[in-house]
Amino acid sequence: MKPEEPEFAIRVSDLVVGFGRQVVIDHLSLDVVKGEILGLVGASGGGKSVLMRTIIGLIPGRSGEIEVMGQPIGGARERNTQTAAGRWGILFQQGALFSSLTVRQNVQFPLRENLELSQALMDEIATAKLEMVGLAAEDGDKFPAELSGGMTKRVALARALALDPAIVFLDEPTSGLDPIAAGEFDALIKTLQKTLGLTVFMVTHDLASLNTVCDRVAALADGKIVAIGPMRELLQSEHPWVRAYFHGKRSQMLHPQIN
Amino acid sequence: MQALTSTPLLTATPTGDGLELRPVGSWTAVNVKNLEALSEGVTAEIARSKTVKLDMNGLSELDTLGAWLLEKLSRRAAAAGHPAEFVGVAENYAGLIEEMRQVNRHNPAPARAPNPILVKLGEIGRSAVSATDDVTVFLHMLGSLFMALIGVLRRPRSLRFTSLVYQLYKVGWQAIPIVALITFLIGAIIAQQGFFHFRKFGAESYVVDMVGILVLRELGVLIVAIMVAGRSGSAYTAELGSMKMREEIDALSTMGLDPIEVLILPRVVALICALPILSFIGSIAALYGGGLVAQFYGDMAPAIFIARLHEAISVTHFKVGIIKAPFMALVIGIVACSEGLRVKGSAESLGRQTTTSVVKSIFLVIVLDGLFAVFFASIGM
Repeated sequence: MKPEEPEFAIRVSDLVVGFGRQVVIDHLSLDVVKGEILGLVGASGGGKSVLMRTIIGLIPGRSGEIEVMGQPIGGARERNTQTAAGRWGILFQQGALFSSLTVRQNVQFPLRENLELSQALMDEIATAKLEMVGLAAEDGDKFPAELSGGMTKRVALARALALDPAIVFLDEPTSGLDPIAAGEFDALIKTLQKTLGLTVFMVTHDLASLNTVCDRVAALADGKIVAIGPMRELLQSEHPWVRAYFHGKRSQMLHPQIN
Repeated sequence: MQALTSTPLLTATPTGDGLELRPVGSWTAVNVKNLEALSEGVTAEIARSKTVKLDMNGLSELDTLGAWLLEKLSRRAAAAGHPAEFVGVAENYAGLIEEMRQVNRHNPAPARAPNPILVKLGEIGRSAVSATDDVTVFLHMLGSLFMALIGVLRRPRSLRFTSLVYQLYKVGWQAIPIVALITFLIGAIIAQQGFFHFRKFGAESYVVDMVGILVLRELGVLIVAIMVAGRSGSAYTAELGSMKMREEIDALSTMGLDPIEVLILPRVVALICALPILSFIGSIAALYGGGLVAQFYGDMAPAIFIARLHEAISVTHFKVGIIKAPFMALVIGIVACSEGLRVKGSAESLGRQTTTSVVKSIFLVIVLDGLFAVFFASIGM
């Protein structure tokens, strides 16, 4: 019996993205297996967010192909938003909650726009999602301006999960959280990934979350993926930037055990 | 992806006293319309039966929404006095069903519908209080500006000269074309209407008096002030409001700088300088418009128009108009800036405050104009 071909949630091949004369993503290829949590690391301003935004169709690529769940992603303009909405959920770095809607309305928004369901059921689903991300039903009546940083991230995650997407994109989910909250958030992502069978594409700088929740880690340097694999493989990597990232002073100080 | 389209079903088979429910197909969000009807359909049967069994073997797909509906069925059974039993749960769905079991357990007490009469009364009371609030905010801003001005006069170097010039460029220089165009048109329209109606009783020559006095005393400054309130006042509110939202104003205060002095004083002073100049330009443009209409519509030679104008108007008329301009600018500036500082976290609040700013400053400008009219009448100007 030949080994089973892994199913890919996201396939990026030979992608080039640039602005003006500057090339940010340079002939990059990356595959994300269904059901895994992939962490993406890279220098600040190195194109991690650009890569994520290109995959979800917010930035058009110059050349190359992107497939998400077997469907090609074209230019942002011709994209069929109806199908896109259910395919993925996105947690933006700042949460990007709609500031004029309450927390509950924020979570209900994708449901209301995409499905036909009764208000009572919508309320129940919204509360269920809020409780799944560790918030109380009472928090549903708050406005985004009244939330703390950690709560904002949780609500944004609940909204990203509202339509039970197959893939969740997380842009620095633990940045700005204290280590305890960040640890809880990591555990939450892991639990949700297990129960809902999600594929998670996570841009992060948090070495602890890379170590604990990510099945594989991809390192982005000079517009290319220079190393990809489980955390311990990356620690062995000889690429100078990857070495500097994982074996620099800060990581030595914090995580002597992983080195 | 094919499985997503498989139609969901729910078969209920009575087994003696019990009931066996068999959800089949894909219980996912895309089929929610069917699912809601299906799960409502068996309510009566669940209430009737002694035991309820949920046979999950037929499920091809399940997501949070489907799992919640199934959990609701089981809760309905539990409410009828006999907890439902899940059998044949696939391994990959067990976690999800377990998760759904935890949620929606604790329902916060629904807010009681308040008495509508009390609500109305409450609204009236609140708007009365907020009206006095508006006065306080206005006076507070006026006082703060005055204090900042005294501070600047004491230490003239602390005046933000660059900022002042930049604001003057934005609210003054850049506003000239549109102000001139609109006042030109207004002057022309007044003259045309004057000729049309005065002609009936042969009083065409008095059109010049009407245009001259009306434009110089009232319209020139009023139209320009309203335009500036809409054009620059709204910009001030939006700028300061978004700075407030991004905590830029808090950042300024923590650096030991007074936001009033740094941000608001230059804006208000620029407005006070710009509005008289704009009013002057606007009045001239309106007179020019009136003159053109006189020449081409009223058959009055330019020389005659100018001669009539000399007789009709005096410096007093001009003074009455232009004296009002800085006060109107002050009102617009104070309203715009204090509304900007009242912006809270949301985008909606920014929009609301900007609207309030424009509406309130136009209202106050007109009220102020009325007060000045009474004042000038009583001192005989």
